Amino acid sequence: MAEVFQAIGAATALSSTNVFNSKRVLFSYRRSVSERKTSVCTLRSDGSLFSGLSSRGRKAEPLTAVATKTESSTASVASKPGHELLLYEALREGLEEEMEKDPTVCVIGEDVGHYGGSYKVTKGLAKKYGDLRVLDTPIAENSFTGMAIGAAMTGLRPIIEGMNMGFLLLAFNQISNNCGMLHYTSGGQFTIPAVIRGPGGVGRQLGPEHSQCLESYFLAIPGIQMVACSTPYNAKGLMKAAIRSENPVILFEHVLLYNLKERIPDEEYVLNLEEAEMVRPGKQVTILTYSRMRHSVLLAAKTLVNKGYDPEIIDIRSLKPFDLYTIGNSVKKTRRVLIVEECMQTGGIGASLAAAIYKNFFYELDDAIVCLSSKDVPTGYAGSLEEWTLVQEADIVTAVEDFFKPKELRRNSGS
Amino acid sequence: MASTFSTPATKLIQPPSLNFSPTPTTNRTSRSPIKSLFHPLKNHNHKLRLNKCNSAPSHGQSTTVVAVSDTVKKPKSTPTLPNLLITKEEGLELYEDMILGRYFEDMCAQMYYRGKMFGFVHLYNGQEAVSTGFIKLLKQQDSVVSTYRDHVHALSKGVPARAVMSELFGRTTGCCRGQGGSMHMFSKEHNLLGGFAFIGEGIPVATGAAFTSKYRREVLKEDDCDHVSVAFFGDGTANNGQFFECLNMAALWKLPIVFVVENNLWAIGMSHLRATSVPEIWKKGPAFGMPGVHVDGMDVLKVREVAKEAINRARRGEGPTLVECETYRFRGHSLADPDELRDPSEKSHYATRDPITALKKYMFDNNLVSEAELKAIEKKIDELVEEAVEFADSSPHPPRTQLLENVFADPRGFGIGPDGKYRCEDPKFTEGTAHV
Repeated sequence: MAEVFQAIGAATALSSTNVFNSKRVLFSYRRSVSERKTSVCTLRSDGSLFSGLSSRGRKAEPLTAVATKTESSTASVASKPGHELLLYEALREGLEEEMEKDPTVCVIGEDVGHYGGSYKVTKGLAKKYGDLRVLDTPIAENSFTGMAIGAAMTGLRPIIEGMNMGFLLLAFNQISNNCGMLHYTSGGQFTIPAVIRGPGGVGRQLGPEHSQCLESYFLAIPGIQMVACSTPYNAKGLMKAAIRSENPVILFEHVLLYNLKERIPDEEYVLNLEEAEMVRPGKQVTILTYSRMRHSVLLAAKTLVNKGYDPEIIDIRSLKPFDLYTIGNSVKKTRRVLIVEECMQTGGIGASLAAAIYKNFFYELDDAIVCLSSKDVPTGYAGSLEEWTLVQEADIVTAVEDFFKPKELRRNSGS
Repeated sequence: MASTFSTPATKLIQPPSLNFSPTPTTNRTSRSPIKSLFHPLKNHNHKLRLNKCNSAPSHGQSTTVVAVSDTVKKPKSTPTLPNLLITKEEGLELYEDMILGRYFEDMCAQMYYRGKMFGFVHLYNGQEAVSTGFIKLLKQQDSVVSTYRDHVHALSKGVPARAVMSELFGRTTGCCRGQGGSMHMFSKEHNLLGGFAFIGEGIPVATGAAFTSKYRREVLKEDDCDHVSVAFFGDGTANNGQFFECLNMAALWKLPIVFVVENNLWAIGMSHLRATSVPEIWKKGPAFGMPGVHVDGMDVLKVREVAKEAINRARRGEGPTLVECETYRFRGHSLADPDELRDPSEKSHYATRDPITALKKYMFDNNLVSEAELKAIEKKIDELVEEAVEFADSSPHPPRTQLLENVFADPRGFGIGPDGKYRCEDPKFTEGTAHV
């Protein structure tokens, strides 16, 4: 039924309990859904991990560098060399490819045109495609989101950029009532193939209002899909998939990840919107994460592997709906689940995910699910406050270790 | 370059500057909130007051305003008068549309009290002139966006009465398969983009449809695309942020849209004067760089003249227009509204200005039609509405299988289940009983 590509080389490399191999293998499952319209090419690529970069101007600083590896890999099939780029460039590449392919694809947002996007995702596109196709809007989120929805209903495929995802709180009326529901309310007559994207999450001391994670607020809206990208590879693939989807899709990017560098394939690829990504197969504990926290988890995994643990790391990618197949298989294997996220603890993605896992896989669990989330506080401006709000690598290590301690000795990290 | 329009009824004049004091044709526009908006004894033949815009941007405009009432004279009752506003065919079409709106809404009230439809039902009695006046000038590809008071907009746009009635009854043969209801009439075929329950919500959608029209012409190079979008909304909405934001964007990009305010003076129980600092909504158009027009919304011919101009302006690519139609709803806000706040003398005053009676009188005065012809139309519409009710009554309710069908255009959006298959591949999905 479903062919699963397993990178054999990577598995052997990673099964060693030595130093965490910085080679990361990415693969997506190929599904044999007959009615599937979008073509998903399965690609195996050996990607090197992101390398440290100097921050550029006003953009957020990158994460700490993890050991870089060159592209030459000992295992695996040699794919085309590919090209190296940063995450925001990958987003732009995906966007540009789709705009080239389909003239009804357009971008609507603040400062997307002449300014090139506040995070430069749309840089150069207005020059190439004109001011109407890459539309600079006035500061009226609710209305221009509604306008994009009206345009989507009448035949265009708009991509709405929220300069910061937090601003989309102003567009909640349109996103919930119109974007999510109009296909249903109209009895299936109108489709809304819109993409809503933008950066969110905690940056470097951006203050409470610019550090919000809106995933949880949108989670309950029926009729939308939500995905979160975390690497240049999946950023481009998800961007393309979102544009091609007939459903409204919200693509969450993260302010701190725009400068991640990775080598991605030259050939065209589109990822599956509903699937999760296996980042590191393991046997002992399933760590579910997404977006920026993926990288924190990978850093923590270095420490954990050094200490002899074998975590399985899954980037869930699809925040709505959850890929219960990938997650379920992992739960059945490891029987312990740790969720690491940047969302708020109350009503966050982790809370919903934990509920879904309990509902479907309760009897496969040996231990209660631990959910590490940001504290239920606004993210303060001061660096120290910001740090204490978020999940840190040490918390992740502690949480994994706690699974293997008797209850009395657990440190209750990340409650 | 805007040409001076040679139609006899209208002349567009520059939006007034801030110092402009209106010619006292309608003294009712007093700033005092205590004075009511109408005087029962006053002559309410509101003159058309139009504002012209020329091709130059909205700075440095002249402030001449000319009342065009002189050109829209009441015609003398001689059969050979050349400047009749409508032909006989047009007259019959307008009459039929208004009668359809009226009879349909009356039937809705009956059906509601008989327990055939539920929830919030908002009827349009009294406002038919606005819907007929505008929508009968539109092509099929032009878009209409409305609010929750949308039955008659749907009918005028061409949605069959039986489809609307079925939708109200919640049957699967309704225009939205019973999923929308009274407040959400949609029709892709007739380009009716809704039907919105929250006020103001539809205005951006209409702006988006206008954006698509401009996009098609300029980016996709479909030179003949001159689709216009018309947004209907009420006086209460004119205080909402989305209204102003869209006025700005439409004027900025010269979108082919007409914003039609159906000012019926009341937002449920809130009088327009109590809610608005500057009650003249048409004045807000020039503030954003588009003409603001005020028209008597109880007179379908006057509305039609203004609509012609506004729609043609949009079609020519000259941008949006804001039209304020002073109108009135004869019934309460909805069928659940006891309608206790409105002054009975106000209601009776507007009852004398019933648009259907007015059109009838016009056509008789000008010997356009005979009594028999109008009676025939009324009978035809009677039968049509009865048939619509029968059709709706005998239509099936939505089956369980319909529950999950239209949530996503691509049902893979429900995700992948624990067994590895997409939820929509589960056979129970089409039965409407799958876990999603």
